[in-house]
Amino acid sequence: MSGAVLVVLEHDRGTIAPAALEALTAGRALAAQLGTTLEALTVGSNGDSLVADAESFGADVIHQAHHALLTDYNPEAWGEVVAQMITATQPAVVLATGTDRGNEVLAQAAARCDSAFVANCLTFEPGQPGGTFGVTRVRWGGSLIERATVAGTGTGTGTGTATGTGTGTGTGTGTGTKLLTIAHHAVDASPAANPGAGTATVFEARLDPSVARTMIVARVERPAGVTLATAPVVVGGGRGVGSADGFAPLQSLADLLGGVVGCSRAVTNLGWRNHTDQVGQTGTRIAPDIYIACGISGAIQHWVGAMASKKILAINTDPQANMVTKSDYAVIGDLHQVIPAITAEIERRRAT
Amino acid sequence: MRILVCVKRVPAPGSRISITADGLAVDTAFLGFTTSPHEECAVEAAVQLVEAHGGSATVLTLGPAEAEEQLRYAASVGVSNAVLLATDGADWDPQRTAAAITAAITAIEDRDGVFDLILFGNESADSGGFQVGVRVARHLDRPIVNGIKGISIADGIATLERPTDAGQEVYELTMPAVAGVKEGINLPRYPTLKGRLASKKVQIAIIEPSAKPGGQVLVRLEPPAELTTSTTMLGNGPDAAAAVVDLLEELGVLR
Ligand SMILES: Cc1cc2nc3c(=O)[nH]c(=O)nc-3n(C[C@H](O)[C@H](O)[C@H](O)COP(=O)(O)OP(=O)(O)OC[C@H]3O[C@@H](n4cnc5c(N)ncnc54)[C@H](O)[C@@H]3O)c2cc1C
Repeated sequence: MSGAVLVVLEHDRGTIAPAALEALTAGRALAAQLGTTLEALTVGSNGDSLVADAESFGADVIHQAHHALLTDYNPEAWGEVVAQMITATQPAVVLATGTDRGNEVLAQAAARCDSAFVANCLTFEPGQPGGTFGVTRVRWGGSLIERATVAGTGTGTGTGTATGTGTGTGTGTGTGTKLLTIAHHAVDASPAANPGAGTATVFEARLDPSVARTMIVARVERPAGVTLATAPVVVGGGRGVGSADGFAPLQSLADLLGGVVGCSRAVTNLGWRNHTDQVGQTGTRIAPDIYIACGISGAIQHWVGAMASKKILAINTDPQANMVTKSDYAVIGDLHQVIPAITAEIERRRAT
Repeated sequence: MRILVCVKRVPAPGSRISITADGLAVDTAFLGFTTSPHEECAVEAAVQLVEAHGGSATVLTLGPAEAEEQLRYAASVGVSNAVLLATDGADWDPQRTAAAITAAITAIEDRDGVFDLILFGNESADSGGFQVGVRVARHLDRPIVNGIKGISIADGIATLERPTDAGQEVYELTMPAVAGVKEGINLPRYPTLKGRLASKKVQIAIIEPSAKPGGQVLVRLEPPAELTTSTTMLGNGPDAAAAVVDLLEELGVLR
């Protein structure tokens, strides 16, 4: 039997990341496809508390990496632990979360193994003709899909050494450990029909003291409250808003609905709003119940940040704007007239 | 203070993105090009650090000869040296890119001295591999943290801020160090006329990169499955307000 599918469980000092449950779900399906078992890795003893989650999502073995230096997140130390696990357990696949941390840790591990790493996969197609391992993955933040093949660790056909760089021949081969992350929201997290064996086993990592150099040294906590990423309503403004002051009516509407204001990159570049308000590929991905997009043309890079909204209402003077033709609802008109009218109507109904 | 910024030239599509007939690339026949946004901010960060601490900033790219445009742009906003690792234009995989950039950095440092700080974009806008900076840092045995939206430098330490859902993480890297920067760390300046003229005079050092291909191989690009939505028109102008508020009530967002 081939090695296991090993899922690296992202956590922050013992609190599991929601994306880790998605990775377990995707890892379980991939393990079934490969006819192998699902295993999980937690880094640091404060991650020991994740056993129950891993078990209910189908993990048979949970490797708990321990070391005095693993008290908090540290990309180099985490990457080194993953690389050591690969050597120790020879998994078929290491799968992590397609998040800031997950992608960073697997990049660190891949750099250490000198092997390929494919970020933000959507689907897995192991066992392609010729023994290649295929994936589909996110490009352009989701505006394009890439089909790719990936080589495993130690498959350097050029040198043949255990730590050789990937193949020089143009296809990923079927041997060695594949290093992959699953794009956030590519699968819905769902526990296993039958929980896994959930056997916890401690892995004593060997870490050089120098890895301490990329440890978190301090944190600044944000005051609690709705954020752009979690708001139930987002009122977005684009270049059509016309000025920084022009956002006041959007803010009033957002306040009335318990939501927040978002914006396009054109607005950020003009200095009308802070980048923390930017929706899109290089901004925030939003998922509100409704996104009200005002004076935004709907460029692909904006759209990928908005498309997870449950409903989208576009307000635009141009009926042909991409935002209008792709949205669920639209009002054609000048946002400077439409938004105050909506606010007035809400206030009128609340007063009666 | 010597700072290096590694940037990527990418096309700038607008309302749609199309693929070439062979499925291997974005059809750029009608597109302009730009510096990948995270890296545009990395360039600005480098220029600001040099303004504050002295020294010089260098920009490096691996790409086609046309990437000279992005190097000159960086020069026009204050970068003083430019390096082009000229390819035939085909996209290089992340391992190969990192190996070629590492070799170039090593050669430059052997001649001119170590870069105190090397900045990458967190991920390139087009291929989004999330790894070139990490691989280069590993090859050079320097610390790297990604996702950075704040950099300050004092006493040989780069203090880096990384926003998360819960707030902000702080890292302190002893230089020489490397960081993966994200858009939002600053608002990049526009070039002045003087800057544009000066950029024309900057010498571009051209290096022919060589590195073995890595293990991630592009097979084909595809458009994502389009969710076909039919747009419900709620009306024109302010008269549509009642229909909009009906919708908000129906969706339960009006409490
Ligand atoms: C690599 C890369 C990454 C990018 N990342 C992002 C990103 O993360 N987020 C992002 O938003 N963009 C991003 N962009 C930029 C993107 O391509 C567009 O340039 C940008 O989204 C356009 O912003 P906009 O819709 O506000 O402006 P425009 O495209 O200028 O659209 C303005 C719209 O307002 C409408 N309008 C004008 N006046 C009114 C009025 N009075 N009432 C109603 N409607 C009106 C117009 O009809 C038009 O549709 C990126 C680009 C690149 C190349």
